[in-house]
Amino acid sequence: MSSSRVSIVNCILGLLTVALVVAAPAPGADIAALVQRLNAVGPEGAGNPDAAAAWAELSRLGPDALPQLLAALDNTSPTAANWLRSAIDAITERERRASRPLPVATLETFLRDTRHSGKARRLAYELLCCADANAPHRLLPAMLNDPGAELRYDAVAAAFAEANKEPMDSAAAKATLLKLLGAAREPTQVEEIARALEQRGEAVDLTATFGFITHWHLAAPFDNTAGKGWQTVYPPEQQVDLGAKSRGKGGTEVAWTPCSTADKNGSIDLNKVIGKLKNAVAYAYAAVESPDDRPVEVRASSSAALKIYVNGTEVFARESYHQSYAHDMHVAPARFRKGRNTILIKVCQNDQTEEWAQNWMFRVRVTDALGTPVPLTVLKPDAAKEPR
Amino acid sequence: MKRLLAFGLAVSAGVAPARATDWPQFRGPNLVGVSTETGLPERWGPGENVRWTADLPGRGLSCPVVVGDRVFVTANSGMAQTRLHVLCFDVESGQRLWERQFWATGQTLCHPKTCMAAPTPAAAGRFLYALFGSGDLAALDVDGNLRWLRSLAADYPRMTNHVGRGASPVLADDVLIVPMENEGESYLLGIDTATGRNRWKARRPAELCYTTPTLTRRDCRAELLVQSPRELTAYDPATGAKLWSFDGEQLSEIPSPVVAGDLVLAAARGMLALRPKGAGSAEIVWTTPKLSTAAPTPLVDGGRVYTVNASDILVCGDAATGKELWRLRLKGPFTASPVLAGGKLFLVNEGGVTAVVRLGEMSEIVATNDLKEPMLATPAVARGCLFQRSDAHLFCIGRKPS
Repeated sequence: MSSSRVSIVNCILGLLTVALVVAAPAPGADIAALVQRLNAVGPEGAGNPDAAAAWAELSRLGPDALPQLLAALDNTSPTAANWLRSAIDAITERERRASRPLPVATLETFLRDTRHSGKARRLAYELLCCADANAPHRLLPAMLNDPGAELRYDAVAAAFAEANKEPMDSAAAKATLLKLLGAAREPTQVEEIARALEQRGEAVDLTATFGFITHWHLAAPFDNTAGKGWQTVYPPEQQVDLGAKSRGKGGTEVAWTPCSTADKNGSIDLNKVIGKLKNAVAYAYAAVESPDDRPVEVRASSSAALKIYVNGTEVFARESYHQSYAHDMHVAPARFRKGRNTILIKVCQNDQTEEWAQNWMFRVRVTDALGTPVPLTVLKPDAAKEPR
Repeated sequence: MKRLLAFGLAVSAGVAPARATDWPQFRGPNLVGVSTETGLPERWGPGENVRWTADLPGRGLSCPVVVGDRVFVTANSGMAQTRLHVLCFDVESGQRLWERQFWATGQTLCHPKTCMAAPTPAAAGRFLYALFGSGDLAALDVDGNLRWLRSLAADYPRMTNHVGRGASPVLADDVLIVPMENEGESYLLGIDTATGRNRWKARRPAELCYTTPTLTRRDCRAELLVQSPRELTAYDPATGAKLWSFDGEQLSEIPSPVVAGDLVLAAARGMLALRPKGAGSAEIVWTTPKLSTAAPTPLVDGGRVYTVNASDILVCGDAATGKELWRLRLKGPFTASPVLAGGKLFLVNEGGVTAVVRLGEMSEIVATNDLKEPMLATPAVARGCLFQRSDAHLFCIGRKPS
């Protein structure tokens, strides 16, 4: 054998050794400690080098570590979850490349345990699907009401595709679609199912399905010239007194007036109700009764700048104008107490003159974290003063 | 010689040097859209000069980037576009070598025409930097090992964009330049490529903007050019120090600025040419309505500037004077920017039809090639091939190796 051949063989052997070392599970790796190093990544990339070192160790683990790694996703920050997820990607990719099986039984047990986070279970589901092409057909039908948003979305999408194949006069398909309408939480999916039902002659009350608040009291207009109204605390932000009158834009007298909407998407069009104004601020107020004390998400749409107060506390503020009017484009986590709760919305219109920049409307619904509407009763506002 | 010159320009401009056959970022080596590759086919389609096609897991307007024997692509998928993908393919076979997924940590709402995989990744040497419209930024090595991650939405929660982000990061030596202009907090970051930490952060106008910064060299120093609707600013890419700025005209927010000699050409109502003067300002050297451009970034080569206007007309002008030289009607509409290789422009329209235009005094369309899939991404040119991506596929267009 020539010396050059010996070198090549040595080189190959060396590379194989390196490959084996790299692929070998890190013996006795303390997964919790490694995950903690991912969680320690701070703002603006602080701690990235240490996280990268921890990632390298995690990605060398064997497939037996997958359940523990998946479970770690339950309690990680969004950034740490991405570190962890990509380590799981690396592990499973290496196993697949080596034609080694993933621990499918353990993964399926993990998937079925709804105490784990939706993200972690969805990832377990993906790994199962890679190992078993039949997994979606086998698993998704039981997940229509899954607590994980993505799994539920997938389950509804699969069932919807099947139902849509049925003839238009199929009563079974209509019944399935009605069931899916109750199961779906993602707004575009809800709308898609509603359209399919309507094509089959079934009217859908989208307002109720989404749980939009349709009865409000409005106070407007206040001044927003040069955007100054955004920071100005007008009387409604100090105290809501439905019987009070205050001085508004251009010295006009502003009083609270009731307003309701029949729009299927729950929108209050301020251009129609208040008038087509520029540089103006409108307030909308609603009092609702919650059946219990609970965390909620106030989900709102507004293409104008928006602030949301819940029970007198600011829970959301976004000073942007005319970008979109999508479902649930603003999501404000908040807490409702049992009984009466108040929602105050501040919507600021700017001075843009373009045709696409005239929208001045809003819609609001209150849901849980999955998007299920909270069963609220909109209270008849009395004239008494109450905190915001 | 041309390759040597390109390499020299790259080094001298502060751009991370790429091999001549690489296409490491938006509009390729030196961010100019020009490749030294030759021998690209003029005609392709099913069964003809498509070397391979690879499936993609989701949508994307980001361009493929090619480094060495690997092609990298980003995509997004899933409920509300919350799945972000970085994929690596073998350049010869199209085999998927690895994929990494991330969950979007920022907002994913956007105009239906765009998606979260709109910014093009930047690559240098063994490393790749992938930015998504959600503000998620991942640094990986070419084998898929994660080096660092940033959630810009978590770092700067007041940034707001419901239309979509399209500006791409660019590399200036060991600094990754990340533009983030929107209606909320807007900024330009200079990020240490080794650690992912900020080297510097410059405040930018709070206005939607999709332009990708470009790099040049002036008076023996690197210059980073950033265009916003109300301002075009030159920075020192190493420190973020402002060198000069221009704010006298309404500028375009989609096409990126380009460099022609000592001039900076900026899309405005038409096009204007700027030259910095003293006291940190710049003067207009020429302006013309005839070289207007819609979405595609203009291309400069050989003293000429090429634009594609809103009427889908390719217009050639003299870069030194702005004088129109010729125009050629194409079939649009166009979002992708033109690229140049082997004396031909390749212009991909939104329907996936690429017009191949031979340049000269009498320029002509020599072929149109229909891949029959919507395409908004600018193609990459590397290793004798053109790489095109749709929402569903990555195509390698090239002659079969003899």
